[in-house]
Amino acid sequence: MNNQQKDHIISFFEKGIRFDGRKKLDEYRKIKVEKGFSENAEGSARVTIGDTIVLAGVKLSVEEPYPDTPDKGTMMVNVELLPLSSPDFEPGPPAIQAIEIARVVDRGIRESGAIDTKKLCIKKEEKAWSILIDICTLNDDGNLLDASALAVVAALQDTKMPSYNGKVVDYKKKTKDSLPLNLKKMPTSCTVSKIGNHFIVDPTPEEEEKVDARLTVEVEEDGTLCALQKGGDKSLTAEDIDKMVGIGIEKSKELRKFL
Amino acid sequence: MSYTKRNDGRKFDETRPIEAKAGVIKRADGSAYFKMGKTTAYAAVYGPREIHPKFLQDPKNGKLRCFYNMMPFSSMGDRVRPGANRRAKEIAMVTQKALLPVVDLTESPNSVVDVFIELPQTDAGTRCAGICAASIALADAGISMNGMVAAVSIGRVDDKLVVDLDYSEESYEDGTVADIPIAVVSGTEEISLLQMDGELSRDELKQALEMAKKACSKIDKIQRDALKKKYGVKNE
Amino acid sequence: MGKLLVEDKTIVTPGEELAEGMDFLPAEGTFRDKDKIISSGLGLVNLSGRVIKTIPVAGKYFPKKGDTIIAKVTNILMSGWILDIGSAYSAVLSVKEAKDFIRRDEDLTRYYNIGDYIVTNIVMVTSQRLVDASMKGPGMRKLIGGRIIKVNPHKVPRIIGKKGSMVSMIKNATESNITVGQNGLVWINGSPENEIIVVKTIKKIEQEAHISGLTDRIKTFLEKETNKKINIEKVE
Repeated sequence: MNNQQKDHIISFFEKGIRFDGRKKLDEYRKIKVEKGFSENAEGSARVTIGDTIVLAGVKLSVEEPYPDTPDKGTMMVNVELLPLSSPDFEPGPPAIQAIEIARVVDRGIRESGAIDTKKLCIKKEEKAWSILIDICTLNDDGNLLDASALAVVAALQDTKMPSYNGKVVDYKKKTKDSLPLNLKKMPTSCTVSKIGNHFIVDPTPEEEEKVDARLTVEVEEDGTLCALQKGGDKSLTAEDIDKMVGIGIEKSKELRKFL
Repeated sequence: MSYTKRNDGRKFDETRPIEAKAGVIKRADGSAYFKMGKTTAYAAVYGPREIHPKFLQDPKNGKLRCFYNMMPFSSMGDRVRPGANRRAKEIAMVTQKALLPVVDLTESPNSVVDVFIELPQTDAGTRCAGICAASIALADAGISMNGMVAAVSIGRVDDKLVVDLDYSEESYEDGTVADIPIAVVSGTEEISLLQMDGELSRDELKQALEMAKKACSKIDKIQRDALKKKYGVKNE
Repeated sequence: MGKLLVEDKTIVTPGEELAEGMDFLPAEGTFRDKDKIISSGLGLVNLSGRVIKTIPVAGKYFPKKGDTIIAKVTNILMSGWILDIGSAYSAVLSVKEAKDFIRRDEDLTRYYNIGDYIVTNIVMVTSQRLVDASMKGPGMRKLIGGRIIKVNPHKVPRIIGKKGSMVSMIKNATESNITVGQNGLVWINGSPENEIIVVKTIKKIEQEAHISGLTDRIKTFLEKETNKKINIEKVE
């Protein structure tokens, strides 16, 4: 990484300006959340942050519960960084970047208990609803993690249970029932990035390549942290982390308005 | 029993409502969105760009490489497991063959033009929607082309030939069904994609090709409108 | 006899018929098919007497001898540097073509290192698209500081303007250094606020390049953004 280019972007931050003209370091680009774009998925949402576009879809099926949680439903999050969405993504099995996003988004929802998985149980040890969440990126203009997390929560909220007669799921007949969700526990995700001595949120790809370290902060409505992930090649001081967590909690109030 | 009225009330030679838009994926060199009824396809073109692995390169001509994928939540019913399966690979191959006749890559030897087709929602006719989207995306990417390609599935539902077979017709239970995806090159009206699933008579095939040409000529106007609209110009 | 089928300066799509009859002459971006002249891509019609050509509005940069471009160093070999020039093909800058004489045992990274951006000249492009670059000549240099943005290489002529008039207007209004590469890479160096204005202006030119009255619109835009009046010198 060319040091001069990094110094150049830092000179912008010193004046509180971003490379794309945003006037605040902790400002998100325009966010749009559109629920229910899909007629075939049980739940879906399309999220745009600036020019980044991400689709999330929820499919439900009836499966045997895991042996160690016989009275609970299951959830799985998968992320596809589609080669369609960036010249840097190649076709093939999920790259480590996709796996990281999937697991971080998954942890936020799982650890917060936002989904009451006990209510997903149909018959103990035999049948429970399995929530299969897939995220597909359409255009990568930076900050895929936050966009994905937002899309997943919106898609879960959009989900309606299909009919189940005890034997077969009828996907064509949707009921009016939603998933057992606790909105207060639903996390919002804010990834705070450190470049030089400055902290920014929602980086564009130009900014992303100059990031020294980043911290993804997932927060419930009352400010409780339910997932953390540090990324990037450099390390952070404890003070840095506290600052970044503070920014994450602050931003989560704004992000929550989109749910 | 004779198929006298289509499930959704369409005329026998009518396609489902179509929506097309060019330049929807900013990071790509060219892109398009094509919707036929409920079937929705995105296509993105990257290239000409360096080809990896290097041994695939052709010193005389650029290569055209296509990829086709249905998103996991795209179908009514079970989740579609991600990952290239045999069906997707075959569709990618016939898609490439459908587009090759119009594309001229002689000026870009040792390079590749990659076309990625993704479907967020499917209701039959996916490979045709993909080809329609890909053709717009290739033009949007500034690739040298001597025409454009449109595609549609002609179906035989019981005793009737219909244009743009939808899923309900594909799974018609009161008679036999044949599914015939056809791609037509603009200008010459030559056929660059022809497949068939089911049984068909020779005469029915002749008829199906003529129906496809007519339908594709209408789709061709929509594709060109989408490109011109991007530049703020409307087609007459 | 001949008949023009489209208007000058309109957008046409691949395979679209531009003219009929043997009177007209097909030039770049078009080809003749029997008695018709047809567009070979997405482009803007350009009529000059009886010569019809289309000017591409999209497509990756295609290296041409004589072009001055901005390249990024991606690798260093014994004999020189490998450059990413924003096309499917890399360029080679050999040690012999560096600005000054370099001894055999010198560390090449002292001159240009991986990740550095340089202003360089394309001196040769072979039929197999091997590209040679050179730093000899005025203006060739390593770029220090500033930022690089990517624009559609087909819009570069409009961004530069007649005899550099457009880019000069932007430079003066924003007190910034701007270097525009023929390959669509643009280097900007100024105060943060002014750089943002430069980027906005260039993106506006990119979007509206094909709509007439561009120079006046950009002048008005710059005056509004910088709160300063601009005097345009007449370009002979």
